[in-house]
Amino acid sequence: MNGSTEMLVVVLAAMAQALAILAGALLLAAVMTVVERRLLGLWQDRHGPNRVGPWGSLQLVADMIKILFKEDWIPPFADRALFVLAPAIAMASLLLSFMIIPWTPTWGVADWHIGLLFFFAMAGINVYAVLLGGWSSGNKYALLGAMRATAQTLSYEVFMGLSLMGVVALAGSFNLRDIVAAQQGLWFIVPQFFGFCTFLVAGVAVTHRHPFDQPEAEQELADGYHIEYSGMKFGMFYVGEYLGMVLVSALIVTLFFGGWHGPWLPPFVWFALKTAALLVLFVLLRASLPRPRFDRMMSFGWRVCLPLTLINLLVTGAAILWLSPAAD
Amino acid sequence: MRSMSQAMPSNAASREDRADDPVVVALRQRLGARAIGVQATLTGMPVVWLARESLCDALALLRDMPEPFEMLFDLSAVDERLRSRREGLPEADFTVFYHLLSVSRNRDVMLKVALAEGDLTLPSVRSLYPNADWYEREVWDMFGIVFRGHPHLTRLLMPPTWEGHPLRKDYPARATEFDPYTLTVEGQEREQRALQFDPEAWGMQRESEDTDFMFLNLGPNHPSAHGAFRIVLQLDGEVIVDCVPDIGYHHRGAEKMAERQSWHSYIPYTDRVDYTGGVVNNLPYVLAAETLAGIEVPERVKVIRVMLTELFRVNSHLLYLGTYLQDLGAMTPVFYAFTDRQKAYEVIEAITGFRMHPAWFRIGGVAQDLPRGWERLMRDFLAWMPKRLREYERAMMDNAIVRQRTRHIAAYTTREALAWGVTGPNLRATGLDFDLRKQRPYSGYEQFDFEVPVGANGDILDRGRLRIEEMRQSLRIIQQCVDHMPAGDYKADHPLTTPPPRERMLEHIETLITHFLQVSWGPVLEANESLAMIEATKGINGYYLTSDGSTMSYRTRIRTPSFPHLQQIPAVIRGALVSDLIAHLGSLDFVMADVDR
Repeated sequence: MNGSTEMLVVVLAAMAQALAILAGALLLAAVMTVVERRLLGLWQDRHGPNRVGPWGSLQLVADMIKILFKEDWIPPFADRALFVLAPAIAMASLLLSFMIIPWTPTWGVADWHIGLLFFFAMAGINVYAVLLGGWSSGNKYALLGAMRATAQTLSYEVFMGLSLMGVVALAGSFNLRDIVAAQQGLWFIVPQFFGFCTFLVAGVAVTHRHPFDQPEAEQELADGYHIEYSGMKFGMFYVGEYLGMVLVSALIVTLFFGGWHGPWLPPFVWFALKTAALLVLFVLLRASLPRPRFDRMMSFGWRVCLPLTLINLLVTGAAILWLSPAAD
Repeated sequence: MRSMSQAMPSNAASREDRADDPVVVALRQRLGARAIGVQATLTGMPVVWLARESLCDALALLRDMPEPFEMLFDLSAVDERLRSRREGLPEADFTVFYHLLSVSRNRDVMLKVALAEGDLTLPSVRSLYPNADWYEREVWDMFGIVFRGHPHLTRLLMPPTWEGHPLRKDYPARATEFDPYTLTVEGQEREQRALQFDPEAWGMQRESEDTDFMFLNLGPNHPSAHGAFRIVLQLDGEVIVDCVPDIGYHHRGAEKMAERQSWHSYIPYTDRVDYTGGVVNNLPYVLAAETLAGIEVPERVKVIRVMLTELFRVNSHLLYLGTYLQDLGAMTPVFYAFTDRQKAYEVIEAITGFRMHPAWFRIGGVAQDLPRGWERLMRDFLAWMPKRLREYERAMMDNAIVRQRTRHIAAYTTREALAWGVTGPNLRATGLDFDLRKQRPYSGYEQFDFEVPVGANGDILDRGRLRIEEMRQSLRIIQQCVDHMPAGDYKADHPLTTPPPRERMLEHIETLITHFLQVSWGPVLEANESLAMIEATKGINGYYLTSDGSTMSYRTRIRTPSFPHLQQIPAVIRGALVSDLIAHLGSLDFVMADVDR
């Protein structure tokens, strides 16, 4: 009996931790929607939302109330089942990916040996959200957006995986905790600088953030794949975008910036600070860059990023063999 | 028609009808002396009456002669049936006029054809001038004149289900003269069905051997359509195989309104044509009205007008720049541009009392004198702008992505531009130096020191960069206005100046009566025709006024630059991507009110 009670406590504690991380990730994504607007305001020489609550702090609440009470309209020409399923996939696939992130030495949901592969799988599934959402809407703009999204994500996922293989090779594991541990002395951004660059590009691309927001491309496709969505279904796509941002930032911190490692401050604070800095970078990209044309972006992926990751992987492999003590 | 030259008032014939103009002489040689009548007007160009049969001959001659008339600048019509003062003119119920422009000669000529009510047909001249396409459709739409050989003579500005031809004189202008407007559910469905795009009607295939085309309806509500503009795209993937622009959603009958407003009270309507241009719109209208009235305005008026026109040019170009970059996906510059526009508006507000639509120019002057302290405001603005322009260039126009999106994209040559009636910065981006402020100075532009920037490639990049350089030149002009503002009156001392200077009104009974009549009825302008063209913010804007000797205009033709710019889109954009179309739309600088009027 004693053993099973202990077991129960452990299970409950793990569940509580998982729930806390889930809530934390969701909350962070939601807060980012407001933070982004304030930051954009700052860089665009204007105020941004500052009316609700002190310094606009309750803007999020106002947004939530608004989006929850909006009419949840499903167009009569839409494919109902897929139309409802798509935003759920968008949000679920990203939320599940948060499982593998080691936030601190003790916090994290799953400590898997396939950790990184799980992320790739979830990112792959995420494409379906956009594809199905765009296709089932029965709208030509949505369809064009979905086509762009699919083409873009598929091409960028090819080298997204490859760009991380250098990290995996250096750490000798797909497990994110092992990867963080391997950065004790030197963050992987130094030996894996090109891996970092290409992963950052791919990360922005899979989250459809500017300048890789081709699937939405407001000026061209008038919001692309989620043009027909309203109410909370739109909200799920919307929060999903920010979840993606948080996820990619957290992953970059884990893979290239030593995760929670850092002097003086507690591990979680380090992790949070690094993630926040990357999130700000995401917003800054949006504030400062024009959008390249879709076909140029595809050729950039295939002709620049892919070869770069391959060369990086080759050099990393060669260096590891060169430096490792002769095998027995 | 035969002996019309003789029938003209003999004293005017030698001076105003320009019968000895080389173009008229050439036409007479080709068509025979009998086929031609010359009308004396105040339009500043030879106005030649032709028989319908010789129209195509005459146009072909003018288009292909050495130093040709490259551009069909304008084409429209007049319903002559109620015109009482047309002594010496050929019998006509309707007149269709063709205004041709020669860049090489820097001259214009206007051809007119008289039509009888029972036989309102003309040959289409689309094959000679491609931009006649929309103009002929507009004339059919507004007057019901049929152009034989036009492949798509349908409504252009009015909805496809419309009945009647609004610019005919028997068509009412007031809402109270119509039955009350109702729209039932069935009616709405009928209207929507009528707007459904039918590819076959435009000679388009629905599929080719290996692909089904998608027909994408872009607009009339679309974030990058810059107003209520619709363009239907025939897409193969994202490649535009063909497209059909559809306009008229912003049509407000500006030309019809002119026929029931006094000469004076029409000024605010002009503001709303190119609504980013503010007083720039007033200028050609008051210039044309002043020509009819015979008013010569004081130097101070000229300089004030130039100063505000250039200020509005900067203001309009800033809006252009912000939205142009936004259409390229850069979301920040538009906010900076609007900050700068606010600075401009602070000066505009202080001087005119309004922001977008000051309606501040008057026939014979401007509404008020400049307020005390205007120089300081203007100097502040002049000090602020140059560093901002440098910033736009460094942050955006030199950006690699912007260059990639714009260089050699949606490019056209000078020849094509002229054939399609493209004017203004969009024409100069092709490398042609043709700016009316230099070529045909008006309102005292000849006294200012400025340059006309020209591009080279005629692509989106050149169109963008040109505007920034134009803003610099405009600031130069404004600086000269501030430095050398002449003293004097802000209104001409002329009986037709409207409203008359109030200060002089109470001096004796004569001025009091004049004031009363002009304010209550409005001025009466002599029967004649006049035309003023100016270099507006988007290209050449022209007002062609016909007076029948009354308090209202008999016909006001507004030739706007945006209209031909939109008409040219299919010729430029075929084979490009959707993204390129959006960038092209952003680079054209049009507003729909300037297209639809």
